[in-house]
Amino acid sequence: MTPFVDIAFLILSFFIMATKFKPQEPVEITTPGSVLTQNLPASNAVMVLVDSANRVFFTVLSEKDPTVYDQLIQSLNSSRGLNLSKEEMANYKKTYSVGVPFSGLKQLLNTPAEQQKNLNQPGIPVMDSANNELVWWISEAKKAFAGQALHFLIKGDAKSKYPTFEAVIDALKRNEEFKYNLVTSLEDLPKGSDLDKANKKAAAKK
Amino acid sequence: MASIDTGGGDSGHKKSRGVKKAKKLSTRVDMTPMVDLGFLLITFFVFTATMSSPTTMDLNMPKDIKDKKDQTEAKESGVLSIMLGKGDQVYYYEGKLEVGAGVNNFKQTTFKGIRDVIINKKKEVMGKHVHDATCDKIQQKAKEKGDPDWKDACLDRDFVVIIKPDKDATYKNTVDILDEMTINQVKIYAMVKIIDDEYKLIQATEQNNGIK
Repeated sequence: MTPFVDIAFLILSFFIMATKFKPQEPVEITTPGSVLTQNLPASNAVMVLVDSANRVFFTVLSEKDPTVYDQLIQSLNSSRGLNLSKEEMANYKKTYSVGVPFSGLKQLLNTPAEQQKNLNQPGIPVMDSANNELVWWISEAKKAFAGQALHFLIKGDAKSKYPTFEAVIDALKRNEEFKYNLVTSLEDLPKGSDLDKANKKAAAKK
Repeated sequence: MASIDTGGGDSGHKKSRGVKKAKKLSTRVDMTPMVDLGFLLITFFVFTATMSSPTTMDLNMPKDIKDKKDQTEAKESGVLSIMLGKGDQVYYYEGKLEVGAGVNNFKQTTFKGIRDVIINKKKEVMGKHVHDATCDKIQQKAKEKGDPDWKDACLDRDFVVIIKPDKDATYKNTVDILDEMTINQVKIYAMVKIIDDEYKLIQATEQNNGIK
């Protein structure tokens, strides 16, 4: 039995090392497939989530520098006149994503981070171009990340509708941002397509 | 294995009187609980492990240009317009939209069929290619980049795909069609807003075909 146990523990240690825990997202999102193999930037990024019911959520990914969160919420608080208390602003750091209009932000940040997922978040309003609140979030994020590289990730559910995606793009465009990363899951490349041929050529050259 | 060996014991065999021998204890440890726990952990990690890491697709959008003279012009013969509609349907036309008596270049297909349409159109455009001065520049650029096929770099210069998702298209459709651009190596493509005429045409076709 000893070899058997040895193997079992080997597998166990492999899985322990290979596992990366997913951060808690308020909504489940199934990303569409794509043949691209580029990896996702995990830090210094702003992620906009769009769920299957076309609700928009805003997330800042900054593992290295948590002060960004404080800067962002403080700046947003003063520029939009949100009247958030110090405790509420401190809670923003623990909040993974925000999916409420500015009017509901106080209530969201009043809720402890663990209970926020029970809260029914209606999504950030984006569809009305005169009142696209995502524009403000992105502009504050840009300010908070000033001087650092910043990626814009859009993670949309496969079932979400195009107009919402267009509105998200519009919010980014209004902040003079034109390069985005769409989060996708990996899909097989169809054989015999032009890209397949080009890849094979490049591989043969090496 | 599962039972602990208590060593010798008092079975049968009489020991000689007076001589006290140290009781022989087994050095083996019962491993069963440990193995149980081990497998429990394996199961847990197998279930929680996220093996497929997400990938990303780059998307570059142009700045909104209102002035018509600053907009990029495309050759009519090299343009393929693709529209995305309800129920994963794809509509397309080549060149200018012509719908009227006797002429109709507005066609319908699916995501499976659109690949062949793109490939065929690309071939057609590449076949009609005429070499001119700007071509030399494109070839030169490709040569500097170290492209082994730099001579062909200019061939698909006039091939432009215009993508127009309508209000009912899903995000998956959009990503799929952008993916199709990568798969077929379409160098020039743009995502633009759908025109009202096209949207009406799609709605009419959808009604005819009963797509909801």
